[in-house]
Amino acid sequence: MSLINDTVAWLTDSAQWSGGSGIPWRVAQHLGYTTITVLAASVVAVPLGLYVGHTGRWKNTAVLVTGALRALPTLGLITLIVLLTSVGLTPAIIALAVLCIPPLLAGIYSGLEAVDPATVDAARAQGMTETQVITRVELPLALPLIIGGLRSAVLQVIATATVAAFIGVGGLGRYIIDGLAVRDTPRVLGGAIIVVVLALLIDALFAVGQRLAFRHASPADSHPQLKEKTA
Amino acid sequence: MRTTHTVIVAAAAALALTACSDPSSSGDGSGGDTVRIGSAAFPESEIIAEVYAQALEAEDFSVERRMQIGAREVYLPALENGELDVLPEYTGNLLSYVDTETTATSPEDIETELPDALPDGLEVLDPAPAENKDSLNVTQEFASENDLESIADLADIDGLRLAANPEFAERSYGIPGLERVYGITGVDFTPINDGGGPATLSALLDGTVDVADIYSTTPSIVENDLVTLEDPENMIAAQNVVPVISSDTVSDEAIEVLNRVSAELTTEDLIEMNTRSSGDEKAAPATIAKDWLEDKGLI
Repeated sequence: MSLINDTVAWLTDSAQWSGGSGIPWRVAQHLGYTTITVLAASVVAVPLGLYVGHTGRWKNTAVLVTGALRALPTLGLITLIVLLTSVGLTPAIIALAVLCIPPLLAGIYSGLEAVDPATVDAARAQGMTETQVITRVELPLALPLIIGGLRSAVLQVIATATVAAFIGVGGLGRYIIDGLAVRDTPRVLGGAIIVVVLALLIDALFAVGQRLAFRHASPADSHPQLKEKTA
Repeated sequence: MRTTHTVIVAAAAALALTACSDPSSSGDGSGGDTVRIGSAAFPESEIIAEVYAQALEAEDFSVERRMQIGAREVYLPALENGELDVLPEYTGNLLSYVDTETTATSPEDIETELPDALPDGLEVLDPAPAENKDSLNVTQEFASENDLESIADLADIDGLRLAANPEFAERSYGIPGLERVYGITGVDFTPINDGGGPATLSALLDGTVDVADIYSTTPSIVENDLVTLEDPENMIAAQNVVPVISSDTVSDEAIEVLNRVSAELTTEDLIEMNTRSSGDEKAAPATIAKDWLEDKGLI
C-alpha cells in the first residue's frame, strides 16, 4: 500500500503545485501542445475531409491512408523526425499531428457522407451554391460525427503527448519519463493519474458538446412530439 | 505492493532464465566445470559476456549462455542464489545499485567499497581498465572557440545548453554535480531519453545544445570527432568493466581465466567492438569476441 500512500503524498505536496515544473504549469503545457497539435492537424484534415465527404471522390484512398497513419508508432516517428530536423517542440507536434489526422478526417468525411442525399439535392434544387450546400446543410448535419472525430482525436493526443517528453519537451510526460529515469514510482504514477483525470474531464466536456450538436442537427430525434407532428 | 513487485520480478527472472537455459544441462547447481554466463540486455554487455564465454571454452570449461537478461533487479538475484555464475558489470553502477548512499566516484574508492557493499553470495573479480561511463562531449569547433579541455572550463560559459538523459537533472553526476564540483550554474538542460543516442547526437551537431552526455564507448564520439571533456574531479563515477560472480560456484581456474581477460580489455577495445556491432558491419557478438581474443592471444 505504501506506493499508493507515496503517490497521494506526491500529488498533495504543495511543492508540486507551483513553479516551472509544478502540476498547473505542466497541465497548461500539455493542453497547449494538444491545442497546437489539433490545430495543425485540422489544417490538413478539414479541407481534405470536406473535399472527400462532399464529392465522394478519393474515399478509398483516404480510408487506406488514414488507416496506415494510425498504425505508425508515435515514438518511432518522433525519433525519425528528430533525426531529420532537430529536438524540440516541432518534431513532437508533427508526430502527434500525424496521429491526430485520421480520427479528424474520418469524422469529417463520414459525417458529410452520412447526410441524406435527398436533403442535399433539395438544397441544390433551391438554388444553393456548392459552398452554401456545404456550410448550411452538410456541415450542420454532420456536426455530431465531426465532433465525435474531434473528441477521439483530442483524447488520443492528450494520452500520447506524454511521449514528447522523450525529446526534451515539457508537459505531463515529464513526470512519467523523469520519474522512470530515477526510479521514482510515485512520481510516475502521479503523472499518469493526472493524464487520466485530464483526459476524462476533456472527454466529459466533449460528451456534452456532442449531445448539443446532435440536438441541433436532428431536433426531431430529441423531441418526440416534434417527430410525431412532422410525420 | 512490495510483495507483488517482488513476485513479479521473481517470475520474470524465472521466465528469463528458463527461456534461455539449455535443458540438457539445467539442474547442475554446483557449477563444477560448467560455467553459466549471463549478460544484461544491451550489445556491449553481451559482447563482453561472449568474450568471457569463449575464453573459458578455450580452457576446456563447458559454458552455458544466458544472454540479454533485462535489468539488475532480475540478474543480480539470479547470481545471488546461484542460478547464474558470471555476468559482466560496471563498477560504479553496481556499487550505487547495492549501496544507494555511496559517494565514491574515483576508480580506487569504488573498488575499495564494492566488495563490502555486495550482498552475500556475490563477488567481483579484478576490474578491467576498460570503462563505459557518462561523458560530456562538445564539438571540435565549440571546444576550440571556447578553449575547452575539461568540464571545469565550462564554468566561464554563460547560458550553457546541455542535453542528457532525464536522470542527469537529479543525479550526483548531473546538474547538482556540475554546481557542487565545478561551480557551474544556470545550465539550460534538455532531457533527451535516448542514452546519448542519435537524437542527443543530432541536437549537439546541429547546435541546439553545446554539450551532450554520451556514453564513453559510443562509436559516434570518434566518428564525429567530438571532444570528450576531462573530469579531473571525478564528478562522474568510474565505470570499469568487472565480472561479477556467484560466490562458491566459480572455480579458481575459471577466475584466473576471467582475470586474464580483464587485464587486457581497454576502453578503445570496447569502442572498436561497439563500432563493429552497431556500424555497417553488424557483426555478431560471438564473432567480435572471437576476433578480439585471437588478437590478444588469449585463445
